[in-house]
Amino acid sequence: SSNEHSLNFWKSKELCLGYIQDAMLQKQWKRAAEFLAFYIESLEKDFSTEYMGPSEMIWRIGTEILCNHSHSNIRGFNSFTEQMKTLGVKRYLKVCLEHAFHLLCNGLIDEAYQNLSLAESWRFGEQTVVQDKEMKLIQAYRGLLDYYSWSKQKDILLEYEKDGFEDLSVEQEMHSCFRKAAVNLKEIIKIPGVWDLFVKSYVDLLEFYGDHHEAQEVLSEYAYNSKFPANPNAHVYLYQFLKRHGASKKSLVSALKILHDIVPSHELMIDFNTMLQKSKKRKRRRLGLEVIFAALDYAGWKENVKAWSCLARQVKQIVVSEKHVDWIKQEWNSRKDWWPAFHFSRYSAKRNWQDNESLSYGKALVAGVLLGKDCKYFKYVSHHGCKAQVKRFRTLKKFVNKHS
Amino acid sequence: RDFNERCAQCSEVNWGLTDGGRFYCRTCHNVIERTREVINAEAISNARIQTISKGLRNQKKTEEDWEWYVCEGFQLVLKKQAEALEALGVCPQMKDEILCNFWRRYLQKSQQAYCNRPTGEAVKALSVCDSSADMDSEPERPSLLHLLSLSESDGDLQTDCSFASSAGKVSENTSMCSGSIDGRLYLKKNQKEKLRMSMPMTLSFCYMALLWLREPMTLSDLLRFVVEGHIPYFNAYQHFPEKMKLYGLDLRIFCVESWPVYEEVHNKMVELAAFLDLPRFPDVTESCFLHPDMLCMKYLMEANLPDELHDWTRRVVKKTCIGEADFLTLTPGNKSTRAVKYDVLAAAVIVVVLKLLFLLDDHYEWLLSDFSAERNKNDKEAEGGPCFEFKKWYKVIKCSLDVEQKKLDEERAKYVWRCEKPLFYSVKKKSKVFRRRQMVENLQNQFGKLSGSVQPAERPNPSSFQLSWSEENTDGTCFHGHSLKGILQEKRGLLTALNPDYWLCTVKLCNEKMCGHLAHYKEVDFPQSYHFVLRLFSFLLRMQPSCIHEEVCVIEHKLFNKKLYKKPKYYAGLRK
Repeated sequence: SSNEHSLNFWKSKELCLGYIQDAMLQKQWKRAAEFLAFYIESLEKDFSTEYMGPSEMIWRIGTEILCNHSHSNIRGFNSFTEQMKTLGVKRYLKVCLEHAFHLLCNGLIDEAYQNLSLAESWRFGEQTVVQDKEMKLIQAYRGLLDYYSWSKQKDILLEYEKDGFEDLSVEQEMHSCFRKAAVNLKEIIKIPGVWDLFVKSYVDLLEFYGDHHEAQEVLSEYAYNSKFPANPNAHVYLYQFLKRHGASKKSLVSALKILHDIVPSHELMIDFNTMLQKSKKRKRRRLGLEVIFAALDYAGWKENVKAWSCLARQVKQIVVSEKHVDWIKQEWNSRKDWWPAFHFSRYSAKRNWQDNESLSYGKALVAGVLLGKDCKYFKYVSHHGCKAQVKRFRTLKKFVNKHS
Repeated sequence: RDFNERCAQCSEVNWGLTDGGRFYCRTCHNVIERTREVINAEAISNARIQTISKGLRNQKKTEEDWEWYVCEGFQLVLKKQAEALEALGVCPQMKDEILCNFWRRYLQKSQQAYCNRPTGEAVKALSVCDSSADMDSEPERPSLLHLLSLSESDGDLQTDCSFASSAGKVSENTSMCSGSIDGRLYLKKNQKEKLRMSMPMTLSFCYMALLWLREPMTLSDLLRFVVEGHIPYFNAYQHFPEKMKLYGLDLRIFCVESWPVYEEVHNKMVELAAFLDLPRFPDVTESCFLHPDMLCMKYLMEANLPDELHDWTRRVVKKTCIGEADFLTLTPGNKSTRAVKYDVLAAAVIVVVLKLLFLLDDHYEWLLSDFSAERNKNDKEAEGGPCFEFKKWYKVIKCSLDVEQKKLDEERAKYVWRCEKPLFYSVKKKSKVFRRRQMVENLQNQFGKLSGSVQPAERPNPSSFQLSWSEENTDGTCFHGHSLKGILQEKRGLLTALNPDYWLCTVKLCNEKMCGHLAHYKEVDFPQSYHFVLRLFSFLLRMQPSCIHEEVCVIEHKLFNKKLYKKPKYYAGLRK
């Protein structure tokens, strides 16, 4: 309880904001709206040059409340946002952008497009220059929506083609969307940043129109330009592109290698390992082993059947060939302290056996080879496996007995 | 007759008065806006308003706004405040006589410095019958007449204003920076000026008038009514007539954006009383509401404490001599006595009594409470009501206090500062301001609807009591009728407290001149029970606990004066 008995305008508004904040944190939207209604009169005294003045507060808080309140509708939101736009020239484009986002989230794509187009044509002397970043974003998003229209047109066209129709107007529409989209998308991905969706869209456009060279340029730039923040997705896109266009093994491997370095637990590691295992080059096979072991270090992979079968296969192959067993030893060295508890406990043996036979098979093989036939995991699984008279477990038992 | 400006049309100086009180040029019959009212406004408080309300202005065709002086504005504010007080039950004499007189006296005293001209200038003598001519239409105000015919100071008044108005630069200044004629002048710091009028000072005026009449309203009551909206203050200017435009610098004078502060209003009042050379105020005697015996009774009720405590407050008041008329009555200009804050004094007395009886050291009061609880258990059909149990009282009060404080805190966050009349600094910005106001209203509407509940901007009905307790409640939450027998004992035929100890809030009082206060308060240095009691009265009086604490210290030092200054070795735990 406050012991202060004096009060002035700004102190009172500060207290009001406190109540709004509490209400919002507790998701009490009605109460937040109630207090916001009392805060609003501070707009008449908004002469401050502070960054977070009343106008900004009201815009942010009001938007949040309108988004979450059960009784609010899009019309109310629109009228509110339009008023917010008039409140401050300095944040005009920002408000427009956020408005467009909100409309998009609510599926109102056409409205969002209109908003963005309107915003794009806004000019206000010096401010246009100062708010350049927002303008670029607005153009980029408009470009994205153009891409979306293009995509729809393309689907229509393809449908028509299937039925043997031709429609020039649709085609022209499609091409014009392409042009509009391409211009804006190209611009935005020049700026260092994370533009996954934009890049994908742009590449899609380029591919459709056959400009593979440009597409590869774009993707390489996105993945390898050091000015851009490290982004695993960039490498994924590049890899997928290369794969689509039948690129050499070498380039595929180099693309995925970087991905392995950044995100060893990426799902593409399975593909990577598979590809590497098959390779004739020793170095690559060695890398493959490294890759699969690294992936299985992560908890998310503990019960991944494919991963375990990859590892099992490779381990089996090495052991059988009796070459490069030291590779296994090297990988196992740093893991022998914690993998047993992590993967091969009796509890997980029981679980794995109950849930997924193949999983337990793969794991058992690895466990048996690495830890010997007396390890808990192997014992449990092979015991149950043989009991259930599943053929492969019997062979497994023999195998392990031979090679651990 | 005393107006010397040249007629705009014919350049003659030959003025007469129309029936409506307007000046007209006898030569060319040009009627001007200037009226008798404007010149005499400072002298006759209500006359002009009366004339306006009589509809004489309706004959006017021109749409010009009035020219007005800042002190006219304050006069209007005071009038509205007085009306509001009358509506609250204050006697009409306050508005019609006392406040009027105080204000007039203030104008007289301050006009010498106000008009920025050397006081030695020759003044045109004016016949008093000028004013009496107007007075004919208001026979119901003989007292005003009487005061008007006071000495030469009135003459100064009239000349001053006519001088100022004929200065000629008037209209230029008005349109630029303020709606009032002298807004800019008013805000300029003027060394010669003492006690320049301000909005908080209007409350000082009101309180001074209330005090003169010994009305049953303390300053904390007054300020609380202001904050609750029963007395015009924050947006008092909205009562100005339509033609009295207010903008620009006027806003800085008349637009208030902070709650009035007790200390400030009180200090100004004392200063004002001295400035006006007022004599000793009417005596505050035992039958007055403001006398500590009376106020203690009120506060005891409000604090839900047993009526029996009143004997104890009377004893303390008597012993410390704070019930003497000489002590309590305000004598302006007497710097050796502190002006008494009646409400704080009464609250402090109660706190001292509680300390005397319960010690309030976070141990003893609970012990006593348990003891009383035992007695109550064994003796259910006690005569004279059950024993007062501090613990029960604490629980009940704490509960209510927390609830009320929470409400108050929310009210502070929801306080509405703006009124319906939008303000603007310059005519250019007017449209922008109006648009902004429109937006504000739209948004308030939108979010008000989303807030779920209907929002009736209901002001609480003004009441003198913020907390009330009724003995009819069967839940036992009213302690008025409880008895103190559980904590008292008989010694030599006198009832004394069981509690033998007392701790002083402070051993030595500060030097007021050096640090502004006689004592300082930090919550952590004192027992929680003491803090609780302070908190209770802090809420009731809407003042900082430190203010009450200070007064407690002063009373304690009076009460234990002999012991303190005879035997300085005793500190805490003095025996009574």
